[in-house]
Amino acid sequence: MPCTDSVALNLWYPVTALEDITSKPLHTLLLEEPLIIRHDGTSQVHTRGRTLPVRESYGYLWTSLGTSQEDLFPIPEYTEDDRRNVHAATIGVQTSAPRSIENFLDMGHFPYVHTNILGAEPHTEVKEYTVEVSTECDEIRATNCLFWQPMAAAASSAGAEVNYIYRVPHPYCAVLYKSSPANPDRLDVIAIFLQPETQERVRAHMMLCLLDETTSNREIRLFQQTIFGQDKPILENQFPKRLPLDPRAETPIRADKSAIAYRRWLSEKGITYGVIPSAA
Amino acid sequence: MLHSLYQQWFPIASSTDLVPRHVYQAQLLGREFAVWRADDGYVNVWENRCLHRGVRLSIGINDGRELKCQYHGWRYTNRTAGCTYIPAHPADAPARTICNNTYPAQEAHGLIWAGEEANGPLPDLGAHANGIVLRPIPVHAPAEMVETTLQSYDQDILFFVQPCDSDHCIIRGIAKPNDDRTVLLRQHSFALGELRDQVEAHAALVEAPARYKPVIARVAEDFIDIPTLTKEGRTADLPVTITAKDIIAKGIARLRLEPLKCALPTFQPGAHVDVHLQNGLVRQYSLTNGPGETDHYTIGVKLEPDSRGGSSTIHALNLGDNLAISVPRNNFPLRRDAVETILIAGGIGMTPLLSMARALNVQGLPFAFHYFVQSDAHIAFRQEIGTFADAATIHKGLSPEDTSTKLSEILAEPGPARHVYICGPGPMLDTAREIAGRTGWSDTQIHFEYFKNNTQRNTSGSFKIELARSAMTLTVPEGTSILNVLHENGINMSSSCELGACGTCRCTVIAGEIDHQDVYLTDSEKAAGNAMMTCVSRARSDRLILDI
Repeated sequence: MPCTDSVALNLWYPVTALEDITSKPLHTLLLEEPLIIRHDGTSQVHTRGRTLPVRESYGYLWTSLGTSQEDLFPIPEYTEDDRRNVHAATIGVQTSAPRSIENFLDMGHFPYVHTNILGAEPHTEVKEYTVEVSTECDEIRATNCLFWQPMAAAASSAGAEVNYIYRVPHPYCAVLYKSSPANPDRLDVIAIFLQPETQERVRAHMMLCLLDETTSNREIRLFQQTIFGQDKPILENQFPKRLPLDPRAETPIRADKSAIAYRRWLSEKGITYGVIPSAA
Repeated sequence: MLHSLYQQWFPIASSTDLVPRHVYQAQLLGREFAVWRADDGYVNVWENRCLHRGVRLSIGINDGRELKCQYHGWRYTNRTAGCTYIPAHPADAPARTICNNTYPAQEAHGLIWAGEEANGPLPDLGAHANGIVLRPIPVHAPAEMVETTLQSYDQDILFFVQPCDSDHCIIRGIAKPNDDRTVLLRQHSFALGELRDQVEAHAALVEAPARYKPVIARVAEDFIDIPTLTKEGRTADLPVTITAKDIIAKGIARLRLEPLKCALPTFQPGAHVDVHLQNGLVRQYSLTNGPGETDHYTIGVKLEPDSRGGSSTIHALNLGDNLAISVPRNNFPLRRDAVETILIAGGIGMTPLLSMARALNVQGLPFAFHYFVQSDAHIAFRQEIGTFADAATIHKGLSPEDTSTKLSEILAEPGPARHVYICGPGPMLDTAREIAGRTGWSDTQIHFEYFKNNTQRNTSGSFKIELARSAMTLTVPEGTSILNVLHENGINMSSSCELGACGTCRCTVIAGEIDHQDVYLTDSEKAAGNAMMTCVSRARSDRLILDI
């Protein structure tokens, strides 16, 4: 069934990493529409005879099926001189885009899903943090998030209490900032950009902007793919796959403040793709 | 039609599927179940999703007593499916009512039987009772189609078809007890395999029926935000009967309480119940149970020499006597994120700490259990303590001075991730409090439970209370507690000991100066001045604004 969610149709979506584009056409799916990506000096995206708008941002080719796209959200760190931008992986997951975003925002699962990497028992507490919908731009921000991590990044050598900031600037994209092991005063950036193939299947594109001059690309990718490989079986065992927006569908706790804000924000936007809208 | 299927019992697994520490995934009428056997033999049939974030519980961990969700480590207990621990908030006791959906289940004739709303007796198996359970055969065809085909099969086999969903099912057969078990199993495994091919070929020709859409129950409105306050005064909701009573140490009786009707609610380590006695007295006793022990509560009661009718009445009770108790309340929750947990028990104060130690022991978390007793004859719950091995130390017959020295040793090194729980007689707690203050333990790491409040209480002076959320102003006269005034005016506020010791009637204070007279709040909580115990504490100012 084609997507009828006008909010979702008008968004920009990543459809491939730029480095994966060759002269051979690529076939992929976006909101149930089959896309063909061709490269002939410039990249073009076609669906069912239509040519779609394109843009190249953050190492990916983005397109949209709608008619009135807004600008893509900014990640100012991407253009900082001393950062390394790495496309870590594109991984298919049998879940909805919003379930995937919630997992990206969640700290409570670190000791259980990313055991001895992003968390370890007994350090299980999710301390109070702040969540707000930014007044300058329409995005959710969770700040002052602290979590004890045994090995926060590929470049880490020991456990540390790590500071996180999360941004959700797009219904299906999120960006996190965390203490950089190489440069304690600054923050590394990790972004997840979701390409919803259907309501219950996504391709997750992961991008990093790191302050790390020593770790190889291969090591960085392996680290990130290990993390995502641990999340994938959990995400694929969540039921229902679409994110329920009814506040009484599941049982949130204080640690889920950012997820509660995200569900409300999606409700207010009127997003229906990849969610189960609240009946009321 | 679906409604009548909901009322029926269906086999959903073989008994042999439920091996120790395994979680088996089953499906009936479109709904997935997580099926697991606890170490005490009880078979749990739960909806296959954690009510926190919907992750399948069949990928969770069965530790023999509780089922742990893979995603966030939430623990759900044997039998009740109540949540006992939420690791993201280690200092909180989860609301008792956070509970997974459970379904009626029975084990009989080598099969596990369940149903959405099954009631009534299981089908009568006649000569097939306790027969040989055939290998289950999954079939990709509607259950009715399979049932029709089975009518022409060997009449000596009794068949039950489990409708997993509208388009697939499982054939479960029982043969009469027979000496040639192996031959029989092989023969039917082969014949039913042939039958399956035949039915599936037929089913492929017709349109598959629409899948069942089992409704996922909405969670209670209270859960939208936690923690929730249970709004109830002292109630005796649970009738129980005494099924075992023995004297386990000098002056200490152990009572096993089993429910007279329905199941007992979920408890957490550190929880207590109010016991309502026939003479009208109400007394609090901590539960000593280990995790997953949910078919009974065990309490330990010391006969007090100056008993005013509480402990002496309980000691006089007999097997088969009935009592009314409250639901368990937990104002002494156990964190499980400590690098080391130190439990310090004095005399009968060991009971809540015993339950904590049993939980830590089962989970393999590091702890030390220090038990101060008058003499060897006073050691209660020896068998349970024996399972703690080296983690338990018993200190016998120490003088007050020696006790103080020993406490100083135990409390010598405060550490950021060490937590101390202490329960015992007032003077011992006061000594421990003084030592902990001197050695630099913070209030947040040392947790006290008093049995009673020995401080001299002052009920003089009248003042006003303004109830911010109820928009009411009430006067608290001399000699009456805030709690009594609330109850007289129809405001619900839970309470238990009503002596300022248990922490149940805690209330947030928005403005006004508090005259703290309890032993529950820590010194820093008292100094912060934004919470009070309404059963004993009063106002220093003429007015308090309460968040009620």
